[in-house]
Amino acid sequence: MNSTKYMNPYLAGFFLGLILLVTIYITGRGLGASGAVKSAVVATVETVAPVHTSNTKFYKEYGEEHTGNPLKNWLVFEVIGVVIGAFISGLISNRLKFTLEHSPKIKSKIRIFGALIGGALFGFGAQLGRGCTSGAALSGMAVLSFGGIITMLAIFGGAYAFAYFFRKLWL
Amino acid sequence: MGPLVPEVIGNELNFVVALFVGIAFGFILEQAGFSTSKKLVGLFYGYDFTVLRVFFTAGVTAMIGVVALNHFGLIDISLVYVNPTFLWSALVGGLIMGLGFVVGGYCPGTSVCAAAIGKIDAMIFVGGSFLGVLVFAEGYPLFEGLYKAANWGSPRIFETLGMSQSLFAFLLTAIAVGAFWAVTLIENKVNGKPNPEFSSKKLYYGLTAIALVIGLAAFVMPDRKEAMLNQVKDKNYIANYPVKMITSDELAFRLIDDDKDLQLIDLRSPKEFDAMSLPKSNRFGLENIFEKDVHNILSIKHKRNIFLANDEAAAMKGAILAKELGYENVSVLKGGLDQFKTDILNFTMPSQTAGRSQADTFRFRTKAKELIPILIQQNKLTKNSGEQKKSKRVVGGC
Repeated sequence: MNSTKYMNPYLAGFFLGLILLVTIYITGRGLGASGAVKSAVVATVETVAPVHTSNTKFYKEYGEEHTGNPLKNWLVFEVIGVVIGAFISGLISNRLKFTLEHSPKIKSKIRIFGALIGGALFGFGAQLGRGCTSGAALSGMAVLSFGGIITMLAIFGGAYAFAYFFRKLWL
Repeated sequence: MGPLVPEVIGNELNFVVALFVGIAFGFILEQAGFSTSKKLVGLFYGYDFTVLRVFFTAGVTAMIGVVALNHFGLIDISLVYVNPTFLWSALVGGLIMGLGFVVGGYCPGTSVCAAAIGKIDAMIFVGGSFLGVLVFAEGYPLFEGLYKAANWGSPRIFETLGMSQSLFAFLLTAIAVGAFWAVTLIENKVNGKPNPEFSSKKLYYGLTAIALVIGLAAFVMPDRKEAMLNQVKDKNYIANYPVKMITSDELAFRLIDDDKDLQLIDLRSPKEFDAMSLPKSNRFGLENIFEKDVHNILSIKHKRNIFLANDEAAAMKGAILAKELGYENVSVLKGGLDQFKTDILNFTMPSQTAGRSQADTFRFRTKAKELIPILIQQNKLTKNSGEQKKSKRVVGGC
């Protein structure tokens, strides 16, 4: 069976905007993603090396801002939801499949390496920039936050600036 | 009044909300095609602008929605998380994220979404983002300077640019529509053929019409708070606005009588309030009338809200704002607290009285002069400070 077509992007965007609006109305905060990764990292390091977390500045500052288990965090629950929602969508649209997607012109090894490095850069940048495409750019635009919109411009501006150098990965 | 957390929806239930929000978010991301890196990076090479279309439509929809909720007083924007601005970390962090985008093909949200449907490259991207966060955490002392530099607080972009919210909302909508037109042209050129889904002229006329309506809506919905605060600066407007008055004598009588329905709204400065305040009073400034905490006070049923300040005119402003916002049972202390002091607290019996009723009034004032200071004293002992407990802004962000 062939996978079904994607939703019209304007319709999808409208729905996404409504989800974001309802989220802001109910919870007073926007959507996010990279924050959940941060919670997971803090939780892992706390379990593996409790002494290390208690005397390292980053974890101490995190502990001051967040009480309780780092996994008991709004974004962690939200991201669990994202996994479920995306899975349901993939299921009904026939897109569930284990694949390593890459341009036919590059080897899978290169794609794996690129995904790993790209993920690391994004994870790092999202910490420095206090949010990623969801938390800073999209949610920031909704509440007209100056910082959020600046981050958005930097993300997309940066991507366009670097795109030329990595064109062989994709084209 | 929103946000509904934490009063209407408790903090525990909020996690359930998070789960359902996430399900909807993940579902739409996947349906829109954000679960494939090919589609995502198409944005940067000109062959597929789905990301821009979805992203911009979502952002503008939510933004207009927030403006509208705020305009109709359905949300207290001062309690909503507005991402803080740290100029340098935002720019440098953003550039690094941009690099990560073209190298890895995903962003954190979309990688989770793609991993959920089995994309192995996305799973590796998620793994990579763990490493990235770990590097940041371990090397934090090295980056802390940059991370905390140029802290501008949480400004809204229209404030920073010095324009009105409605103008900015309109401009952003116009830019979005312009971008939708432009990217379709670019896409067709790069791909060498038009995409049938976007070739329909009707779609674009429809879109432009909708966007124009939205943009106009943004104009007829200026920041209500600012407009109302400006309106009460007009002396003529205040003079002709009908507001019930209460005299010093009646107020004194009700205070002594311990009238349970009485609620005083003191608009003086916190300093003055701390130095001396009447029983049953709440203090806040004119600007706070739009907030959720004050909403909770003013919307208590059967309470008679009496606005007071040093002079009558200042209290009138607050009372008019409250009435305009739809609160009932609003009155103003006639002559202000200054008059109350002359009439009651510092009352001196004149040597002559005209008529019997005036003699009664003076007798009452003499009694009230003794009783009210005792009440003030008692009230001060039970209340530590004039600053009421304030709802805190939601902590959000990534």
